[in-house]
Amino acid sequence: MEPLDLEVDESSLELPSDPMQLLMGPSHPAMHGTVRIVLDLSGETILKADVQIGYLHRGFEKSCERGTWNQVFPYVDRCNYSSPMLNNVGYALAVEKLCGLQVPERCQYYRVIMGELARIADHLVCNAAMGMELGAFTPFLWWCRAREMIYDIFEEETGARVTHSFARVGGMAHPPTPHFKAAIRAALPHVLAANAEGVSLLQNNRIFMDRTMGVSPISAEDAVALGWTGPCLRSAGVAYDIRKAHPYLVYDRFDFDVPVGTKGDNYDRFMVRVEEIAQSARIVEQALEQMPDDGPINISDPRFVFPEKSEVYTTIESTIRHFKIVMEGIPVPKGEAYGYTEAANGELGFYIVSDGSGTPYRVRIRPPSFALVGGLSKLVTGQMIPDIIPTFGSLNMIGGECDH
Amino acid sequence: MSKKLLDILMDRFGASVILDTHSHVGDDTAIVAPAQWRDVALFLRDDPRCKMNMLADLCGVDHIGQTPRLEVVAHLNSLELGHRLRIKTRIGDEDCSNAVVASLVPVWSGADWFERETFDMFGIRFEGHPDLRRILLYEEFVGHPLRKDYPAAKTQPLVPYREGEDVLDKLEPFGADEGMSFGRKHLDYVKEES
Amino acid sequence: MGEMTKPATHVIEAGPNGFATTKFNDLLGWARKYSLFQYPFVTACCAMEFMSVMSPRFDLARFGAEAPRFTPRQSDLLWVVGTVSQRQAPILKRVFEQMCDPKWVIAFGTCASSGGFYDNYATLAGIDKVVPVDIYIPGCPPRPEGVMDGLLLLQDKIQKGDRTPRIVKPRNDPAAALTQLRTARNG
Repeated sequence: MEPLDLEVDESSLELPSDPMQLLMGPSHPAMHGTVRIVLDLSGETILKADVQIGYLHRGFEKSCERGTWNQVFPYVDRCNYSSPMLNNVGYALAVEKLCGLQVPERCQYYRVIMGELARIADHLVCNAAMGMELGAFTPFLWWCRAREMIYDIFEEETGARVTHSFARVGGMAHPPTPHFKAAIRAALPHVLAANAEGVSLLQNNRIFMDRTMGVSPISAEDAVALGWTGPCLRSAGVAYDIRKAHPYLVYDRFDFDVPVGTKGDNYDRFMVRVEEIAQSARIVEQALEQMPDDGPINISDPRFVFPEKSEVYTTIESTIRHFKIVMEGIPVPKGEAYGYTEAANGELGFYIVSDGSGTPYRVRIRPPSFALVGGLSKLVTGQMIPDIIPTFGSLNMIGGECDH
Repeated sequence: MSKKLLDILMDRFGASVILDTHSHVGDDTAIVAPAQWRDVALFLRDDPRCKMNMLADLCGVDHIGQTPRLEVVAHLNSLELGHRLRIKTRIGDEDCSNAVVASLVPVWSGADWFERETFDMFGIRFEGHPDLRRILLYEEFVGHPLRKDYPAAKTQPLVPYREGEDVLDKLEPFGADEGMSFGRKHLDYVKEES
Repeated sequence: MGEMTKPATHVIEAGPNGFATTKFNDLLGWARKYSLFQYPFVTACCAMEFMSVMSPRFDLARFGAEAPRFTPRQSDLLWVVGTVSQRQAPILKRVFEQMCDPKWVIAFGTCASSGGFYDNYATLAGIDKVVPVDIYIPGCPPRPEGVMDGLLLLQDKIQKGDRTPRIVKPRNDPAAALTQLRTARNG
């Protein structure tokens, strides 16, 4: 049967024209937990979006002021919980910058390898969630299985799957296990294969392309003015990677590329992350080749690093040293420092202020996703409600980091 | 690190605006008088020798016991020239009143949320900010928690708590300042409430 | 594990309401426990382990608890995964109130159970301050095996019609091992 209004001209239909307000979140599957977007809509088109974060504010910065410098590591883990190792390393580097310490070479390689594995895990999860929210459930399952392999490595090395609190100021909590290199060399090809398999389902998929290409583009100038860094900035065409621009640890010894997009739309952000997984794997392979198999992991400064446990129980000097480090905290000199690293989402900065004691005076985390989500309202204005889903997914907002 | 950035700033503005500079552990810092906060920022963004096109971070620090008490710290970054700079300014009396400074939103649009967060945590007002309201905490929250005299464990619940034996409670002795005092020698100014 | 017991033999007793109703309650318990529709109230880091538990390796679907319903109106199991801040507490309460009876709540993780180590102005010290909880799964984040233990414990409770809150114990309880060692040493 034919529709009744086939001959009616659309403009002559009376439709309501006041904008409607819709609250999306803060308990919403596509809001990655805890973001509320207050939308002013005209039909399905968004006129204005007010992004309200803070539903996961857990008082990270205030909690840091109540313990010692090393007691910050568990808090920092839970900031970006998709790639906790990168947070650990970032904070440790910031404190070491203020103290003027440099960890031994073996530890630098160890940190790079663990950090890059965490970056791969983060990108896998981000892409998986973005695909799943668009209806592609299969790559989510495949990439979660790949992530499990990385979690197995972390569990073997640090004892915990997700929140390891493994870095320390002046080194790491434990040296690598004997089969560290073999385990990673065995797991990495499978992870890359899973990545490629999942991408093959999405890369040229008509539905995926229609929902992400040309959706929420951003220009390079806007992205820079908003303070964007990381894969989202690189997808807009700006080839800025802190590992190349201001190399830290041993990143200047590796040969890797920085994937850059063109339009800054959702598809570019997705593909930049896909490519970065391959580049991170390249870094890991080179690091495994170059990493020395013996040598100290921690610095030898007795004021910062714990003595051997056997000595703590037998000699009085080690007992006192252990006691001072635990109860008073490490002696970070008075002053301030801003330590920044390339985390999975961009520039993760820690601005620390020390008053010379073992308790931090101020620990400020500069979360990369805070700046990214700050630009979300600009990205979705003018788009439709279903476009928020891939846009938000492609930004990779991690609530713990964004709301600290 | 480019010490010449600090020299450029000093030449342009002079010692009445750039109150102090130092380079420490590889970071360059310039302490700016609060009245010229936005002018210095505009210069740093637009001058071809500086070209600081990204605001990496903007936050506050509470220096309780000193006057002016609150400090606004901004970290700037130049993607093309590769140098970084920290600019700071001090505002506010010892009870944090008159803590006002110009907003940097007209200079870098990303300063929007960073300034909202600094307002939320410290109570620093940014003049010229398009929409200065709390971002991480709720509107009903009274006070600014990152100030040193806000007790860390003082909650302001939005919903009344349930009573009953199935509600788990804190085991003694863990009030806010009980338990092991790891490193906490310098918190005399904090009046803890359990 | 302490509280979870497997029913070995089923003794048919005529309850106060008669034989048919007892069997019916058993049937109802069986149907409910294997068809839990979950509302994943996901906030923080525990989400990583929640995703792992849904993933192929630690598959939760084999216990019937896979289907997430993203509206509380259609769910009967509220998974509170991660820290609930003071700002999020009214929303949690509202979501719980929107669910229909019978409904159960799992506090997934230490932050949901007790606030975790966020003893500060921003965090709700345990969701049982705003909603009644059936199962507490400690861990930061709990291992997926712990989550499965929690779900099986809940299914047992549903079968028995038990509403007392229970906490998931570790599979190898270190306190039990220590007690055993002490008693063995003391003869």
